[in-house]
Amino acid sequence: MKTPAAFLFALALAACGFAWGQSAEIANPDPKVEARLKAIAHELRCLVCQNQTIADSDAPLAVDLRKQTRAMIAAGKSDEEIRGYMVDRYGDFVLYKPPFNAATAVLWMAPALLVLGGLAGLALMLRRRKIPAATAAGPDARKLRDIAALLEGDSPPAKRK
Amino acid sequence: MKALKYIIPLAIFGILVVFLGIGLTKDPRKVPSPFIGKAAPAFTLSMLHEPGASFAPEQMRGKVWLLNVWASWCVSCKVEHPILNEMNRQGVVTIVGLNYKDARADAQKWLKQNGDPYLFSVSDIDGKVGIDYGVYGAPETFVIDKQGVIRYKQIGPITPEALDKTILPLLKQLNG
Repeated sequence: MKTPAAFLFALALAACGFAWGQSAEIANPDPKVEARLKAIAHELRCLVCQNQTIADSDAPLAVDLRKQTRAMIAAGKSDEEIRGYMVDRYGDFVLYKPPFNAATAVLWMAPALLVLGGLAGLALMLRRRKIPAATAAGPDARKLRDIAALLEGDSPPAKRK
Repeated sequence: MKALKYIIPLAIFGILVVFLGIGLTKDPRKVPSPFIGKAAPAFTLSMLHEPGASFAPEQMRGKVWLLNVWASWCVSCKVEHPILNEMNRQGVVTIVGLNYKDARADAQKWLKQNGDPYLFSVSDIDGKVGIDYGVYGAPETFVIDKQGVIRYKQIGPITPEALDKTILPLLKQLNG
């Protein structure tokens, strides 16, 4: 009696794996269309659950937009046209990779500016540190003498006052 | 010069606080609509109460009107509804309902229960027109001017504040 239960459980687990994906949405998915759909849908934000893509979300709107995208692919629209269609309706916000324009300039430039600023700061700090560092790093005359004395087998420098 | 060591991190912290503070006051659900200042997308849909008759936005040319997206399954629509009823009672503006992804019977029953402030509602059963209007969360309300241009979009329920501060002044200006 134990076996069927375990078997059913394993079957249920396996079914979970298959439940993922959009294949259940339509009867006979064309793998080519589905692959393109997936690529496009992964770049589009689901407006209802904003941190998910249209590909990942199960919100009704995401399902509708996948349907719409599928229809547009079937109608021979290019990826660019499909993205344009979404941006016309939902704005740049729908794109996970926003285009470079006046409103997003700061967003795009900020990382580069931060790196440049950091490098400039680092350079400034290093240069300021250089002068005292050069003198401190080199062995001073007294140490050199101590070393020479040690090498010659003279009395150890620790005893000397 | 020593003080700088402490001032710089403090300054960076201060800037962060300011930015995060600004971020807190913004509602991420309010996505800037690309429709403001553009012509309301055309559509033809059958009416909720008379499936034989249809409506297209061109028929409202020369009038300032609201297109209100609602559904019987939409919880916030119920919150907003008394305001629409009141606007209709006072004759502030003509409101057309876009019944979004709803079943006819459910929608009619909902209006019977909650009041019908609409001149009429049209049925967008598969949500296609909703997509054309960039709808992502009912209720949404579009203010459309005499030339058929969208002038304002309210995402989510019309609050008394949005009504008094934004919608009513805008309607006055558009009608004036």
